[in-house]
Amino acid sequence: MDTNDSLRVASLWHSMHAISQQLSPVNGCSGIELLEADTFDLHCFQSLPGTKFFVVCEPGTPHMESLLRYIYELYTDYVLKNPFYEIEMPIRCELFDINLTQAVQSDR
Amino acid sequence: MIGVGKMKQYSNVLDKPLSKGKQEVSLTAFAFLFSELVQYNQTQVDNIAELERRLEDAGYAVGARVLELLCNREKGNRRETRLLGILSFVHSTVWKVLFGKVADSLEKGTEHEDEYMISEKELLVNRFISIPKDMGTFNCGAFVAGIVKGVLDNAGFPAVVTAHFVPIEGQQRPRTTILIKFADEVLKREARLSQ
Repeated sequence: MDTNDSLRVASLWHSMHAISQQLSPVNGCSGIELLEADTFDLHCFQSLPGTKFFVVCEPGTPHMESLLRYIYELYTDYVLKNPFYEIEMPIRCELFDINLTQAVQSDR
Repeated sequence: MIGVGKMKQYSNVLDKPLSKGKQEVSLTAFAFLFSELVQYNQTQVDNIAELERRLEDAGYAVGARVLELLCNREKGNRRETRLLGILSFVHSTVWKVLFGKVADSLEKGTEHEDEYMISEKELLVNRFISIPKDMGTFNCGAFVAGIVKGVLDNAGFPAVVTAHFVPIEGQQRPRTTILIKFADEVLKREARLSQ
């Protein structure tokens, strides 16, 4: 998946998340947390400032929530503390990528 | 007043003993402060060499003060006069106080007589920083190089100090080496003292 495709998916998800928040029959809804489909599951984690992290995985994969939380920690460490990262830009931080692949590999 | 009887009251503020200071500081707080320092300097300069020089200057000020502070606290106001003495002071004491551990290694350069290297697997200041590819060989460790330069210059051992990435086989991330090149007068003095 190249950058343009990822941006397209991300913006699609952002709009769906916002719409679902409005449509929800439950008061105080904070948006979609889990989307279950036939061929995949989509888990979403929203941080306090509103940044959304979502992971697409095979149906029934366990421990995605803790993985998302761990990725959020990696984000705050290796992206936000990097002086060469501009907010809202695509993330091109080497340390973040290395640790992210390590976290995903160890989860298999 | 509550508690006034518990502490000895000093009539003169100059008589109060110097505090030991807080031993630990939040790493995250430092990381954000350092990141801001780098970003601020980036807006002020046109090229990478200038940015490195500015970080070095910032570190120089820290080094000068750290030398005075540590000479008082750790060594009882004794001054190092020998080359190996000041190098091991930087390698162990300064590193322990600033980064919580001694530096990984101290080596003498093989090619030149006046070169010494302090190596570290990953500098604390660089822990969260990923250098973008278009910045080439820039190393935020220039700040640490500045600290070392400040300590050495103010101790009477003028030197040129730089920070370099050294790629290591089998490891993804390169090691960082602080290269110290002493001025001629230091070597001459050292040779005289060795006799």
